[in-house]
Amino acid sequence: MATHTELGLSDHEYALILAGLGREPGPVELAMLSLMWSEHCAYKHSRRLLGRLPTDGPHVLVGPGENAGAVDVGGGLAVAFKVESHNHPSAVEPFQGAATGVGGILRDVFALGARPIALLDSLRFGEIADSARSRYLLERAVAGIGHYGNSIGVPTVGGEIYFEAEYEQNCLINVMAVGLAPHERLTSSAAVGVSNSLVLLGALTGRDGIGGASVLASAELSGGEDAKRPTVQIGDPFAEKKLLECCLELLDLGLLASLQDLGAAGLTSAASEMAAKGGVGIDIDVASVPLRETDMEPFEIMVSESQERMLCVVEPARVAAVLEVCERWEVLATPIGQVTEPAGGVGAFRVLRHGRVVGELPVSLLVDDCPRYDLAPEAPPRGLYPAPARRLDPSASAGETLLALLACANLASRAPVFTQYDPVVGSRTVRRPAEGDSAVLVLDNGAAIAVAIDGNGRRVAVNPRAGAAEAVYECAANLACAGAEPLGLTNCLNFGNPEKPHVAWQLAEAVDGLAGACETLGVPVVGGNVSLYNESPDGPILPTPVVGMVGLLPDPERAGRTGFLQAGDVIALAGRFHPSRDGSEIAKLHGLAPEGELPTKDLGGLAATHALIRDGVRSGVFHSAHDIAEGGIATALAECVLAGGVGAEVTLPDGLDPFGEDLGTAFIVSGPAAQLSGRDGLAVLGTVGRERLVIAGLLELDLSELTAAHVGSLAVALGEGVGPG
Amino acid sequence: MKFGILRFPGTCDERDAAGAVGRLDGVEAEILPHHDRDLRGVDAVIVPGGFSYGDYLRTGAIARFAPVMESVTEFAAAGGIVLGICNGFQILCEAGLLPGALLPNPSLRFLFRQVRLSVVDPECAFTNACPLTLSVPVKHTTGRYYSPDPVDVVFKYAPGENPNGSQDDIAGVRNAAGNVLGLMPHPEHAVDPLCGGSADGLTIFASIAAHLRASASTPATPAG
Amino acid sequence: MPRARVLIRPKAGILDPQGQAVERALPQLGFTGAANVHVGRLIELDVEDIAEVAGMCERLLANPLIEEYEVIELASASAGEPSA
Repeated sequence: MATHTELGLSDHEYALILAGLGREPGPVELAMLSLMWSEHCAYKHSRRLLGRLPTDGPHVLVGPGENAGAVDVGGGLAVAFKVESHNHPSAVEPFQGAATGVGGILRDVFALGARPIALLDSLRFGEIADSARSRYLLERAVAGIGHYGNSIGVPTVGGEIYFEAEYEQNCLINVMAVGLAPHERLTSSAAVGVSNSLVLLGALTGRDGIGGASVLASAELSGGEDAKRPTVQIGDPFAEKKLLECCLELLDLGLLASLQDLGAAGLTSAASEMAAKGGVGIDIDVASVPLRETDMEPFEIMVSESQERMLCVVEPARVAAVLEVCERWEVLATPIGQVTEPAGGVGAFRVLRHGRVVGELPVSLLVDDCPRYDLAPEAPPRGLYPAPARRLDPSASAGETLLALLACANLASRAPVFTQYDPVVGSRTVRRPAEGDSAVLVLDNGAAIAVAIDGNGRRVAVNPRAGAAEAVYECAANLACAGAEPLGLTNCLNFGNPEKPHVAWQLAEAVDGLAGACETLGVPVVGGNVSLYNESPDGPILPTPVVGMVGLLPDPERAGRTGFLQAGDVIALAGRFHPSRDGSEIAKLHGLAPEGELPTKDLGGLAATHALIRDGVRSGVFHSAHDIAEGGIATALAECVLAGGVGAEVTLPDGLDPFGEDLGTAFIVSGPAAQLSGRDGLAVLGTVGRERLVIAGLLELDLSELTAAHVGSLAVALGEGVGPG
Repeated sequence: MKFGILRFPGTCDERDAAGAVGRLDGVEAEILPHHDRDLRGVDAVIVPGGFSYGDYLRTGAIARFAPVMESVTEFAAAGGIVLGICNGFQILCEAGLLPGALLPNPSLRFLFRQVRLSVVDPECAFTNACPLTLSVPVKHTTGRYYSPDPVDVVFKYAPGENPNGSQDDIAGVRNAAGNVLGLMPHPEHAVDPLCGGSADGLTIFASIAAHLRASASTPATPAG
Repeated sequence: MPRARVLIRPKAGILDPQGQAVERALPQLGFTGAANVHVGRLIELDVEDIAEVAGMCERLLANPLIEEYEVIELASASAGEPSA
């Protein structure tokens, strides 16, 4: 039998298990505990930090702890959302890793009772200009996301992609799903009602994703049989589409007492979390679980990560009705156990095989008793990351510099990616990718939500606290450009090994930065995910907190757009903008490491600027609004020109660095001269018109030159389709 | 007047199609599940887009044998109006209700793009209310139309806009009788300027309604 | 019960983008001696009557308009997988 250390438990943790259990755990129990006490399930290095994030807000309906968070959007409707990572599986098999990442986050959203209405992705790869592997990962991950999202009929409406050498060995695939539900359909995962049935819905259980616990398997099997133990999960969007429709109908009919998706650690995690939340015990008979392979061991059944499965609690009198609905949707449904009375206040998780107990653990030992570690953060004496290769001579002209920025992988047109996604299914999409700074989706109550996802590891590397805060500000800025007010936030914290003091410092600082920015803007965190140990022999990834936000706008007809609209409109700068070059895209092009300092924000002014943009868009005064992000004000102006297909002629304020960055603070807006000139908080820069971008004294470029540059590196990297399906 | 919208396991665009039809005065939509042979007295049938049966085996190959398709085949043989969109087009070709077949895009990739369509046959049951060009999105991986024999073309991609290598820029074809049409572009995603960038797609549904009203007022004219 | 293997290929003359993609990729890996690559599908099934498989192909497994098929009889299923 495998030892606890082979399963990833420390001696200290194993001693706690022995003390808690009063005996040696059996093989099924040890497999279950090793997964529930893993970083992935127990958040043992991050949970204490996450307590610093503000979670209360007037619109919050469901906060952290459930499958996803949810906010009230009026009219009796709730929007559920969450972002989650699927980094490690995607590095092994990018197509299936990304596809199952989409499938997993969708299940989180419909487990809450919400119909998924949108997907966004935040992706990180190595430098595609240098790395064939990174081009392959990009190509296959994008194909996998499209395969799952398109096939299940949920539109992919936005996202972001960055390319940095530090992600070469550890690509990041973060997916955010957004769902819509009437308040009364919001469903908890807490198991309730002693003697209620546990019904497993969906796919057959196979040996998918039996990762850490496969040590157990290999200890019991001769070498040649190891091939039977796949760890790559295969996604089946068709199965999940049926599961989704079936679950929503079951909830609409009021047949379920609770619902939970099966993700990491499969049945073990799903059932123990349900039992813990409900304060009950649970029995599961593994002999009842429908299997894809006949000879599976009980521990394999309990930890299998086969996709497209859900677990629900059903009153005994309603089981027949549940099975009938499932049959109509061609969804397999099997009673596999029941809710049990907690003895002395402690629920027991019993695993049986044909009625005989093969494992029994206190639910609290599985869910609550895993130790939470304090980090030992220590600021590194100097920068952790090497300087990138220089790609642009610092003596290049402003025009050459702008073209180089527009063409670089981080700023080039995303069209080669988002044309592989269906952005319109569901008929809610008011702003398609690249039309607005946020995606905008119309709701059944006549209002709309704006959704965006942001994060910039390069800037977090410069200063984790300020960089993480910037991600929040930039995401809120994108919402403001749509005319939306933020309601809630979800985040995914992608970092290296937290047991290393410098990574711990990055993580702790970043969480503090997130917390501070959320408080500044009054935006609560309603859920999220942590992905640690993103390391390779070359070192950790750039610290990458990714922030997803949902905001509300009253009138979708007035949703903001990025592009300049009308010749003759005045162009103005809004916000207290103090750009600098440390951690900027131009610094990267010049071959400078992500070091130095980020601009200090005027937080009162920042919130006021966001409000000014939001109000101007909502009132229709602004024909366009775009936040100034990577590449600085020159790049932002070019993006407004490219999105609108019409030129501009501007003069920048004296001394303003055209390529410096100060994310989330400032905006380019356009609108009628009569309404913009002299308006408080705006500095007029010039006018919209002709087919050229002219920045006085700096550059003059034809729209065609800008377009040719911007088509740029992604189209080249993705080519025409590289390989067989 | 009632339009039936088929729904197979894996269909995705049925709500969009029902919503599009519901924008027309005096027209309602009803979802018709795949396992039910009863067409519930509908006046026209729409086979919507999506990924019926996961597109497994071949697009449309399994859906064509669903019980509801037996009734649709009889409905079409009796002159009933049937519109197949994207996966619905693939299903109608597999079912033999339309000539030809849809093949994978040369890029082998899913492609979303707003395209301009030229109406080649402006007088038929599906186009009598259409302008001569329409702006409608395409979204598919398997949309390259192929037929070894001459076919009755109703929609072509406008010059230079063929997104998938379709033979002769064909975007939509009808049967010889003129009562069954399939097209790869998605008119149901171009019915509201707020969401579609164009409302041109609505004219296809409006054409069907106008055709049905005209045939109801004049006795038994063959469709087309 | 006999086991049948059905090989399905794009018909000659029909553009086969998967085959072309593979044909383009092979030389990049140093395999310069491959030509006429075609990618199809493989379906295996146990059947009571091998003679019925052609009908299955005509109606469901293949689309005769664009695909051709070939039915191969394998050793019976009870004898296990063929070694080939």
